[in-house]
Amino acid sequence: MTMLSKFKIAALAAGVALTIALPAAHADEQYFPLQSYRVGPYAAGGTGFFGGFIDYLNLVNTRDGGVNGVKLTWSEAETQYEVERGVEAYERLKSNPNVAAWNPLSVGIAYAMIDRITADKVPLITINHGRTDSTDGRVFPYVFPLLLNPYSETSGIVNYIASKEGGLESLKGKKIVVLYHGSPYGKETIPIYELLAEKYGFELQQIEVPHPGNEQQSQWLTIRRAKPDYVVLRGWGVMNPVALKTAAKTGFPVDHIIGNVWSNSEEDVIPAGDAAKGYTAITTQASGTEYPVVKEIVSTLYDKGQGNLEDKNRIGSVYHNLGIVNGILNVEAIRIAQEKFGKRTLTGDEVRWGFEHLQLDPARVEALGAKNLFHSINVTWDNHEGNGYVTFQQWDGKKWNVVSDWIAPDWALLRPIIEKSSGAYAAEKGIKLRTAEDAEAATN
Amino acid sequence: MVSIASDLPVSSTHPRWLIRAALLAIAYLVIPFVGTSYLFEAILLPFLALSLAGVGLNLLTGYAGQVSLGSAAFMAVGAFAAYNFNLRVEGLPLVASIVLAGFSAAAIGIVFGLPSLRLKGFYLAVSTLAAQFFVQWALTKFGWFSNNSASGVIDAPPLAIAGIGFESAAGRYLFALTIVTVLTFLTLRLVASQTGRNFIAVRDNETAARIIGVPVLRTKLLAFAISSFIIGIAGVLWAFAYLRTVEPAGFNLDRSFQVLFIIIIGGLASIRGAFFGAALIVVFPLALSRLGAFFLGDIFDSGVLDMSQRIVLGGLIILFLVLEPDGLVALWGRSVRRLGSVFGRS
Repeated sequence: MTMLSKFKIAALAAGVALTIALPAAHADEQYFPLQSYRVGPYAAGGTGFFGGFIDYLNLVNTRDGGVNGVKLTWSEAETQYEVERGVEAYERLKSNPNVAAWNPLSVGIAYAMIDRITADKVPLITINHGRTDSTDGRVFPYVFPLLLNPYSETSGIVNYIASKEGGLESLKGKKIVVLYHGSPYGKETIPIYELLAEKYGFELQQIEVPHPGNEQQSQWLTIRRAKPDYVVLRGWGVMNPVALKTAAKTGFPVDHIIGNVWSNSEEDVIPAGDAAKGYTAITTQASGTEYPVVKEIVSTLYDKGQGNLEDKNRIGSVYHNLGIVNGILNVEAIRIAQEKFGKRTLTGDEVRWGFEHLQLDPARVEALGAKNLFHSINVTWDNHEGNGYVTFQQWDGKKWNVVSDWIAPDWALLRPIIEKSSGAYAAEKGIKLRTAEDAEAATN
Repeated sequence: MVSIASDLPVSSTHPRWLIRAALLAIAYLVIPFVGTSYLFEAILLPFLALSLAGVGLNLLTGYAGQVSLGSAAFMAVGAFAAYNFNLRVEGLPLVASIVLAGFSAAAIGIVFGLPSLRLKGFYLAVSTLAAQFFVQWALTKFGWFSNNSASGVIDAPPLAIAGIGFESAAGRYLFALTIVTVLTFLTLRLVASQTGRNFIAVRDNETAARIIGVPVLRTKLLAFAISSFIIGIAGVLWAFAYLRTVEPAGFNLDRSFQVLFIIIIGGLASIRGAFFGAALIVVFPLALSRLGAFFLGDIFDSGVLDMSQRIVLGGLIILFLVLEPDGLVALWGRSVRRLGSVFGRS
């Protein structure tokens, strides 16, 4: 809780007015508004992710005194993953000065924010999720589905299944069922699975699990009848352990279930118990505490009682590490932008420039203490995803073990599909495509 | 259904139209100039949309005595119908899309109102759940409704009437305010008319109503139709003016309950009650969350705070309903009368 927002709430408590934005006071601060969720069906993801994100921001403040002396601040507003609450939180938090970037971690909330943040000229980060066609920076200047957009994820999963079957040709005639979460997030990949099924000749069935997904008997009976070779679990929150348990009950082999990037955490498998042993899932960041940056967070914060996670056993879990990676990406974008615009508080548009030059090669990732935590990222003005690499991990009942190399999704195949979709959006909204020169200029 | 006083005039020193005119003057002439974007986006827009939904449901439940748990479904029908009319019919003015959306919701309302001819009370409430689940299922199942958008989310079109844009927060507020005002006045006229009296007759005693010549079946279906029309337009406001994007799951059963609570807390069979109830449901959790974050934000994380707010909110609602079962509107009426008598004596 920053002092500023405290004063603001004091003003509210006094009943003076609902929001009076205080004039920007602190000169060298950069503020992160966090639309987090720590209660509700997706609290496990929310607490882990925002815990890791806050831990990393805290680490940068404690260890380095901020980014080149610019202190990082943040405050949280609870959304429960609900769009209305997310919009309210956005309106509440945006009056704080020096906003760097938004990280709502919800596709529904992100969709509702696109028009608003574009008008505000502040970046919106949807790491590993979001609206796929926002990868096209020509149409969505302020939206960044960093590391892995849903289409790349799909391509990565299909390529992995192919590699297990002996190449893309062997997919012909195979049968894959996609079990997806009944939400904007879950539905995002329906068209791309259809397209890949047609391209590689595998048979496809996509089955919806209504939100929140704590009852899946009928879906798994359908799967049993369909007898697929693989089931892709595109779940979220409580839906994942329920899926694994129901699969075990209906006799579907767990090592033929492949989890997507939001079905890959400890919180998804531990509640399923033995039913999860052998389950494989895609990830962009490895779990575990052996990475220097995670170790530093433990020694700098948790050993002094300043860590954000209540349960220390969750340090280094998939969501916590994703939050840390998200922290690294946000902080590095600020650092890169500072090199161009000066070591001071930046405007949202300047941070946007930083994200559009967020190029961290494996050497830089290693210097940041994150070697093998994630591979690399290469964001440009028109590619807002940044070509993240994926890997696959298998659950052995106690921890995740990496079972593949870093794999590149088939970006060349996906880009035209993304451009088609973003082009349609641009036409519908009357958006003029941005050029490289437009992207280079940033308002301050 | 408990018998509930209808919207009888509360004794007051001022004529009611004066108060209404003053409220409208403030809403139109003062708030747009002094309001912040937070006030419009986070408070007034959801308040207006939910108030209108409350007005609609109050016609059906408060006046005509038919309990419905399908409000969110009719909101969804309105939102998605307006989106599709606007998208697919070239050159159709936005207002026409919105009115047609209201009629679409009314048609669906009549279909799901049919069980009311045979069922009463809780049984009817359960059968209106069918609307809730069916509509959400249909909107999710058939991609056509969301123009085959990959994620099932629709983007609201720009709000413009006769070339004048209402895109800013204040503009969308004025847009919503105008629609809510017009529909509320029409509703006030309706409940004072013979039809409104028929609604109340059916609610209070169906047999007696039939004996004095009220066409019970027609009245019930009419109540469903008009109520769904208004709720459908509330859904348009929710999607187009407030969130500006919407997915079918946004209109889930929780939203139906929310609208039902609005009219119960505000006061059944009272148009004003819907506004009181919506104000409480929208503003109270926000105020509580801001106060909680201010006083305890440093000690507890936002999750603990949110949980405790729910407990406080639930407790207050129970307490309030025990103390004032007729809702906020009765409380308001009593305070006004008391104030009146105090001033009358002095």
